[in-house]
This record gives sequence, C-alpha cells and structure tokens, in this order.
Amino acid sequence: MAPPRPFPIDPDLPVFPPMNSTAPLLQLKGIQKSFGPVQVLKDIDLEIGYGEIVALIGDNGAGKSTLIKIITGVYTPSAGEIYFKGRRIRLRDVRASRLLGIEAVYQERALAEQQELWRNIFAGRERTNALGFLDLKAQKAETDRLMRTSIGLTSRAVTVDSEVGELSGGEKQGVAIARALYFHAELIILDEPTMGLSIIETERVLNFTRSIRDQGKSAIFIDHNIFHVYDVADRFIILDRGRIAERFRKAEVSREKLIETMIALHEAEKAS
Amino acid sequence: MTTATGNRADPAPVHRPSFFHTYRFQISIITLLVVLYAVFIVGDPRTYLAFNIYRSFMISIPFFGIMAMAATFIVTLGEIDLSFPSIAGLSGWVFSASYVYSGSFLAALVLCLLVGALTGLINGLLVTKLGIPSIVATIGTMFLWRGLVNVLTEGRGIPISAVTAEPLHALLVGQVFGIIPAQFIWFVGTSILMGVVYRRHRFGSHVLFTGDNQESARMMGIHVDRVKILCFVLMGVSAALSVVFILNQMLFFWASTGDGYLLTTLAAVFIGGTSVFGGKGTMIGTFVGVLIIASLEPGIIAIGLTGFWTEFIYGLLITVSVAIYALMLRRRD
Repeated sequence: MAPPRPFPIDPDLPVFPPMNSTAPLLQLKGIQKSFGPVQVLKDIDLEIGYGEIVALIGDNGAGKSTLIKIITGVYTPSAGEIYFKGRRIRLRDVRASRLLGIEAVYQERALAEQQELWRNIFAGRERTNALGFLDLKAQKAETDRLMRTSIGLTSRAVTVDSEVGELSGGEKQGVAIARALYFHAELIILDEPTMGLSIIETERVLNFTRSIRDQGKSAIFIDHNIFHVYDVADRFIILDRGRIAERFRKAEVSREKLIETMIALHEAEKAS
Repeated sequence: MTTATGNRADPAPVHRPSFFHTYRFQISIITLLVVLYAVFIVGDPRTYLAFNIYRSFMISIPFFGIMAMAATFIVTLGEIDLSFPSIAGLSGWVFSASYVYSGSFLAALVLCLLVGALTGLINGLLVTKLGIPSIVATIGTMFLWRGLVNVLTEGRGIPISAVTAEPLHALLVGQVFGIIPAQFIWFVGTSILMGVVYRRHRFGSHVLFTGDNQESARMMGIHVDRVKILCFVLMGVSAALSVVFILNQMLFFWASTGDGYLLTTLAAVFIGGTSVFGGKGTMIGTFVGVLIIASLEPGIIAIGLTGFWTEFIYGLLITVSVAIYALMLRRRD
C-alpha cells in the first residue's frame, strides 16, 4: 500500500522544465562554496544514479559535510548548478529538499528518545482528521507494519508504544531510515551512521543501508571506516581539500587500493 | 520489501512496556492522592465525609487549575513561565476597568482574553525570536505587567459587584443543579480539551517532540518557534480566563489579584510528573496534582496541625515527588 504524499506540493517551489527520463537522480555541476575568503568546495561535479549507494570519503575538513549540507538545502552554493531527475532545482531550505525526496539521517538528531515509536515515525507528518486530531489507529498500524517489514523488530518485544530510547543505536538508525523510505525519500544521506556502534549494531545499520538500494532508492554514505564503506557502497568518491580527488567503481578497486589512495592523499596534504 | 533484520539470533532482553511501566507517573500520583485522603478522612472524618469541603474545593480549584493545565504545555517544551500571575493581574484589570466603563460583560471578557493572548505572544516572541531563556524573559514580563497594574490602579481596587446581575456571570460561576460551582465544570471541560490536545492532537505531538529534541523536531519540519509561541499564548489566555473566574467569585479587583498562584500552579505541574527537562508529561498527572495541592492546606488544618505547617508540607511533597520521578527516569536507562 502506497502512503499518500506527506506534503502538498509547495507552491513556492520554482516551476521546473519537464522531467528528463535519462537523467541521473542527482547531478551537481561546478558546485563551489566559500565562507568569506575560505573556499571550502572547488568545482564539484557529481552524479548519483537510481538504486545506488555512493560513498563519500575524505579526511576531516575535506568538505564532506559542506557538500552534504548543500545537497540537503542547509547551505546554498556560491556557484554551480544542482539537477534532480534532470530538473534544475534551487534548494532554499531543508524543507524544500525533503519535499523533493532528499532526506538526511543523522545519528544524534534523527529521533526524539522519550517519544513512542509511532510518534517518531509520523513526527511533522502526522495523519490527522480535519480538526488536526491524530488518527492513532492508522499511525500505530502503519508503524507496526514498518517495524515488521523494514525495521525487523519482530524478534524483540518492542511495540509501537515503546519509547525510542529503549531501542539500540542500530535499531534507531533503522527506524530513521525506514521513516525516510516510508515517506518516499529517493535519496537518503547517511552521515556517519555507524559511529560509536558495536560490531553487531554496525552490521544492522549496513543491512538497513542495503535495504535502501533493494527498494530502488539511492543513498550517500559517509563513514570514516573504509571497511564499512567498502562493504556497502557501489561507488566511491574521495574528497580532498574541497575537490574530488578520485572516483572508483567497486569493480575497479580493491579495499587495499582504496586505503592506499586515502593514505597517499593524506601524506600529500601533510606535505603541502 | 526486503527485511534488514540484522542479527535475529542475537539474544535481546524482552521488555514489553507493561501497563504499570507506561503509566507509572499517573499511578504514582493517584496513589499519593488516595493516601492523602485516607489520612485526612481518618484524621477528621466529620469534615472529610461531608460534601461541604468538596464544594469549597470546587470553587477554588479552577482558579489555578486551568493555569496548571496550560503550564504543562510550557514545561513539556522544557520552558517555564513565571509571568502568568502578572498576566492574570493585567488582564483582570482590563476586565474590571472595561466592565465598569462599558457595562458590557462580553466586551470585557473578550478584551481580557485578548490581553492574555497578547502578553503571552510577547513572552513567546522574546523566547523564540530574541532567544532569551524563558526563565529570564518571564521574570522581566512578570515585573513589567504587575508594575503596569500598579501604575494604572495606583494601588486602588475596582469593585465589580454589578456583574452578579449578568447572565454570563451565572454561566461562569453559578451553581449547576444548585450545588456544583459552574467554574468546576469549566475547569474539567478545559482540562479534558487540553488533555486531548496534548496526547491526541498534532499540536500536542509537536509540543512533545520539540521539548524532547528540538533539533530533530526542526529537521522533521515542525515549526519549533510557532509551537513555542502558541504555548505561551495558551498560557496567557488561560491566565486571563482564570482571572475572570476569580473576579466573578470575589467581585472585587485588587492590584495584587493573581499574585500567590505562581508556586501552587507550578507545584501542581511538577508533582504531577511532568519533566523539567521537557518532552515528557501527563495531563492526568497535573490534574491530580492540582487536586492534591488544593487539598493540602485545609487537610493540614483538619488533621490538627497549625497553618504554619502548610508550606513545609508543600515543600516536602514537591521535593519527595520530584526525587521519585527522577529515580524512575534513571532506572529506565
């Protein structure tokens, strides 16, 4: 059963030219970003296709989080163009990017711990009657279905009424990812999703990440751990000091090669 | 859909939230109420088994009960409002002065509620748009509005005994079936409405979410500032509504009208189990908290202690209950 679009079409969004079916899901052309005199991103060209997981790797300060914030509408680029499904877009704020189907999942900020699972799933996108009263029955039933099908919380006796704080770190990520997919996210951005998690919990999160691709949706995966990244991604984009230094398909590169490249860039940065 | 189950075999503790766990705060406070009344009834059966004392409770409880229900929204946000007694004072002056001037009860009522909404709006704007912590902002407006009342009245009161002839007066503070004070019905009605909005309405959900994790709420597209402003407006309107009940009962406006409700109101919210840290609260808890706070003073006298004990026992109850709630929250982690 397909849920209804979470938002009405925003009348403030610019009118786009018609959709181009051969275009990639997301395309960045010549994106630059400066903060005052400091140029953080220099001429970034990037494509994300349908149903692929793209890893974004690089040292601290390479520009990963700035790039992510541009894609999610937190920052506007100083120069360059963004295309989504072939249409030129301007992302004025986070809301605009979410309307299009771009959703970021942050570990710390995704969920409200003291609230029930069902309240978290529908936060900000509640199902209500005309007076704004919640359709509790529908929200709980849908949450229950999500828990069984995509989050896989059936083995534990966690109910839709459980507080999110009772879940493990990996399960919380799963809830956030399932919520994004449920509301038609087409590009999910996972920022350090395995940080601070145990091995088992990390495996869970990697499985959730794979489920994004299995549903034909795309993800940008950011993680410091090359092993996690290599496991889950189809393509690798290495950022270095605001530029894209390397691009690999998984078939083209071994895990060792990836690590060597990273180290070489790191050394070069130290030398300069 | 595929499943991403992680490790199914991985043994995880089974803890389905039980009824007692889910409603632990509500159960605790209702138990407290029952115990208190058991003590009162044993201590003074003649008073506590007669209807009269309950009738006097029903007269006075709504005066701060409605404000306590509204304050639960504010505390759930992790905010505080210290200015509502002064808002009651200012809007009470507006009600009395405009009633005496115009002779229209309805106009006075509408103006009074508007002043409550406006002063609440000012609190909300100070907190959200200027980013002043609510405890600081509302200390400011607390003095501001009370000071304004003092300037406007120069300390003189306004008698409004003419309101007793008004039909609206009977509707607000008359007797239902000849024995139930109407304001108690209003209190129960507004409490149920606010309780349903708190748990079952989009607005309540947004309040809970904002109080729990403001950053997350913002990311989920909740208009955090708007939610906060509306809560302060609700608080202001509730203070204005309360003062209308107070004035219709007392038939006199003093420059100090509304003072003295600050601590009892907030005590009811905290005894009720709403977390000072935000994100968690119960309207039933606040409702029972109101009943407890209102019963204490007469109860203390009834069981033979002097009035000097009142504040001590308030303090004891608040401290002990807040400590118990803190322990309950810690055990969960």
